[in-house]
Parts: sequence; structure tokens; C-alpha cells
Amino acid sequence: MPTMARNLGGRILTAGLIVLVAGFILGPLIWLGMHAFATRWRYPNLLPDGLTLDWWRVVFAEPELFAAMQNTLFFAPVTVLLSAIVCLPAAYAFSRFSFPGRRIFLVGLFATNAFPKMGLFVAMATVFYGLNLMETTLGIVIVHLIGTVVFMTWIPAAAFSSVPRSLEEAARDAGAGKIRVFRTVTLPLALPGILVACVMSFLASFDEAQGTYLVGAPSYMTMPTEMYSLVLNYPTQVAAVFALLLSIPSVVLLLLTRRYIMGGQLAEGFQIR
Amino acid sequence: MTIPSTAASAATPVSTDPGGSTVPGLRLSGISKVLGGRTIVDDLNLDIAPGEMVSLLGPSGCGKTTTLRLIAGFLLPDQGRVEVDGAEITSLGPERRPSAMVFQNYALWPHMTITKNVAFPLKVARVPRAQIKERVAEVLELVGLSHHADSRPAHISGGEQQRAALARALVQRPKLLLLDEPLSNLDAKLRVRVREEIRDIQQRMGITTVLVTHDQEEALSISDRVAVMSEGKIEQVSTPAELYRAPATEFVAGFIGSSNKVRALDLGEGEPGVEWVVRPEDVRVDPEGMPGVVTRVLPHGHYSEVAIEVRGTDLRAFVTGEAPAPGDEVGVRITRALRYRNGTLDEAPVTVSA
Repeated sequence: MPTMARNLGGRILTAGLIVLVAGFILGPLIWLGMHAFATRWRYPNLLPDGLTLDWWRVVFAEPELFAAMQNTLFFAPVTVLLSAIVCLPAAYAFSRFSFPGRRIFLVGLFATNAFPKMGLFVAMATVFYGLNLMETTLGIVIVHLIGTVVFMTWIPAAAFSSVPRSLEEAARDAGAGKIRVFRTVTLPLALPGILVACVMSFLASFDEAQGTYLVGAPSYMTMPTEMYSLVLNYPTQVAAVFALLLSIPSVVLLLLTRRYIMGGQLAEGFQIR
Repeated sequence: MTIPSTAASAATPVSTDPGGSTVPGLRLSGISKVLGGRTIVDDLNLDIAPGEMVSLLGPSGCGKTTTLRLIAGFLLPDQGRVEVDGAEITSLGPERRPSAMVFQNYALWPHMTITKNVAFPLKVARVPRAQIKERVAEVLELVGLSHHADSRPAHISGGEQQRAALARALVQRPKLLLLDEPLSNLDAKLRVRVREEIRDIQQRMGITTVLVTHDQEEALSISDRVAVMSEGKIEQVSTPAELYRAPATEFVAGFIGSSNKVRALDLGEGEPGVEWVVRPEDVRVDPEGMPGVVTRVLPHGHYSEVAIEVRGTDLRAFVTGEAPAPGDEVGVRITRALRYRNGTLDEAPVTVSA
């Protein structure tokens, strides 16, 4: 039967693609995971020579590495919070009001992403020296904020725009003032989009290395900046352990938000024509 | 025989009580609205009696939805006044108006259950909790949605969503109920049932109601009066029967029901500026009449629409019983006609005797 042959061919193709994608995504992760627990693992050997937890002990015993973790866990939430305070009102304005220069502002937000980051940071460093912001918490937060502005503006703006006007009008008609309408209708319906933006911003701040290194080093080292020295100065296995630690928050966050964002509430919101 | 009536003026003031001492439930006086450089509503006047249901009927773009939004407060008029039960509300926002609206797409909040949707207006108005519970249960019972009290809007059918939206409006005990094409998203059978339910509830509660629709059958079947709109103006406000029997303008005559337009009753040249409108049911097939040839027959169930060519003019006739076949030679007689001079009805409907 030709259809059966086609079915079989399709299945083989699908399976092949899945293996390929899994290989690309999971391969490096498996390699990292193996190294983090291996005593030694060199090219011709298919398996590591032995297993050990020593490298984890090294990482947690090193005071600098522990401080880097603490720094990262401080900067990322602070960045997300400040970014939300600054960008969410802007996102609402972009979505709901039309004002002169709206498009220019909106597209202009991409400017920070359009240039090579390093060039931008060097230019900023010049300014930061003048303002005494080098090696300060504020300086690092500003650098991190720049990386989150696009996420925190564009995604929530789209989320606000997707809330049908009639839902807000119905609340006005029911007697609610503008602030109440925003609080009870607009914000809850845009929340999934805002959460996505927060996760993206958190990860952007969490992974930001170049600017942080330039502005913060050596007083303030975060996990990504510490990675640089780890790769150069420690055995591969320590870098592997650190890389695994660095990926934990991302994975946890994505799993948490996936439940909420895919939970159908967003889809329900869009059923309203 | 038809009862003679003078042509209705473009905007008939209320109505039923010639003394005019009662305060209208809704009064629009001279409201105008310009949007994007176009005059959407043009010096519009309308009085609605308390407890009356009036439809705004017209083709799309005639300004009926804009008028409703001006009444609801989503738009503020450039000129004119809006009064509800004698109180002026022209410059109030929608949250401070005594009106409640049912939106075309229902506009139920998807993140709240039906109960929470319906309770929201009362919560905003700081009604005590026990009373909210009671009133919500009562109104859900009224629209027959008690069994869906805890469902989300996305999980109930279109008809049920429509009734939930109606419940959310009714629970406020509004002085004015505004319905914006509330039935257009329902299928044909359901539409007929729900519109009767709406009319029933409206009459029982005695709420002054404005219904916006482009569906003339809907407007004619459930309204006390119908306001036919065209290009931002009201062409005629009349009871459904009057609207059909004596359309004040040629526009209304053409918009309501179907009709034939002829220059003269004998289908000749006629007078300049005069046109006659003949309803298809007033075109009789009669061997004594003017000779014609049947060109087409469209069966509609209990009657047929027959196209007959008479003296070079195409006439539509509604024939009950056995319809002639295309090509048949028949006689045609016009039994009743409306005469329009320069677009307005200039005398009583003419009844042509046998």
C-alpha cells in the first residue's frame, strides 16, 4: 500500500528529526553532566575514568565562587523589579495611547540590541567613570537593565494590546473607574505576557557577562563573569559544575511558567472576539 | 381599506401621551458626533418613553452603534444633550451613567466565573456581600443560568454567554438597558428564541431599552417602536406596523421589507419628482389587469415570489397558493401603493379599487 509506505517513511523521518534535535540540545548537556562528576574524561574513552563529587566540593568551598552566586541572585531579581517598574507603564502607554513619536520610541528600543554589545559597554564605561559608577551596584544594575528593556516593553505591550477593548469598556459600563478597570481586567488578562517578559528579563540579567565584567570586575563578580576565569584557571570539570549551577534557575523558571502560561488561560482570553 | 395618515416627520417626538407631561426615559436632543472628519451622528433627536423598547435600525455605517456609544458614555457628543429620566448625563463617563450595556461580543471577562462576572457591577457599587449573593442568584435564575454559576465564559455556549452578559447588565437594575447587536453572533434558530426571551424579560421588568440592530426582522418583531437611521439621521420613528404600512421616506420604504418602485401606477411616464412604492403583496395576479409575462418564480414555502414583466417594467408579486410558471401570460393589478414626492411620502397610501 502506498499510503502505508508513506506513513512509515514519515515516521522514520520524524524519528530521525527528533533524534537530531535531541542530540543537538541534550548532547552538550549530557557532556556537561558527565564532566561534573568525572575524575578524568579524555577523548578516546567512551566513559569517564571514575566518578567523584570533588569538583562540587571545590566550587562550594571557594569563597569567591560562592560570593558570585550571591551577587547573581541579588542582581537578577533587582533588575527584573526595576525593569518592571520602568517598562510596564511604558508598555501600557505604547499599547493604549497614540502619541507623537510612538513608533520611533518603540523601534528605538531595539537600538541597544542593534550594536555590538562590547562597543556599547565601552562607550558606557567612559560615561560611568565620569559619574563614578564603575564598580558600584548601581552601575551594574543599569547595565543589566539595558539588556531587559526590549523584553519588558515589547512583550507586555503586545499582551496589553491583546486585551479586547470591549472587556475594558464592559468594566467601565459596570461602574468601575479607570484604575479599577486596569487592576481587575487589563492586568490579569495581560499577566501571562508580563510573566514571560519577567522570565526573559531574569534570564537576560542572569546571563549578562560582558557589561558586568567591564563595570563590576573585580569588586563585583557574578556567576557568568566568574565563568571566564573558571574556564581559564580551573580544570574543565569545575567549569562544568558551575555551568550546571548556572542553568538551574533557568530550567526551574521555565518549568514554573510553562504550567501557568500554557494553562489555557491565555487561550481563553483570545477566544473573545 | 387603509386608514389615512399624514406623513410622519423625520424625528417624531414621543408619542403615546399627547399631553407630553411624562418625563421620557431617554431623551437625545440635537446630538452630533464627528469622528475622523466625518459626521457620524448628525443633529439627532429621539425620545423614548419609560419602559419602552426602541430599536435603532439601519445599514452598516448609518451611525446606530455610535449613537448607542454616545448614550452609554463611551463617546461624548460634540453637541446636544443626553437625558435619562429627566437627569442630564451628557458629560458623564460610562461608569457614572445609569445605563447597562450588552456588548455584541458579550465582553465577559474570561478570567472570572459567570457568578463573578455578574457580581462585578455590584461589587464595584459596594453592595453588601449577602445582598450581592442574593441578587446574583436571582438574576442567574431569571436568565436560566444557575447551573453554570461557577463555569468560565469559555466553557459555555454562545447563547449562554449572551444570557450571562444580559444577567450582568440586569443585575445592576439599570434605568436604561443598551443592547448592541446582541444576537448577531447566534445561529438563526437560537436568535429567534433568545430575542423573545429578551423581550419577555424587558417587558416584565419594565426597563427602558435601546436595541441596535441591522436585522429588520429582529427590530420589527420585538420593539415597541423602531427608529430607522441613515447617514447619521433618524429617517422615521414609528411602531413596526406603521413603519411597514406608511414608510415616511423612500429610503425607509426601500429598507423595510421588499418593494417595487414605479414611476406611475399605470407603469407609464408619470409626473416628474414622483415615485410610487408598491409592496409585492399588493401586486395581484388577476386576468382583468394589465397584461404581463412571468419571467421568474422563487418559491418561499407558503408563498412564491413571482417576477412579472409588465409594459417593460419588472414587478415582484407575492402569490400564495398555486404559482404561475415562467413564460405564462398573466394579468396584473396593483391594489395599494405609496406615493413619494422628492423622496418623502406626500399623502395617504392609495388604495386602488377593483
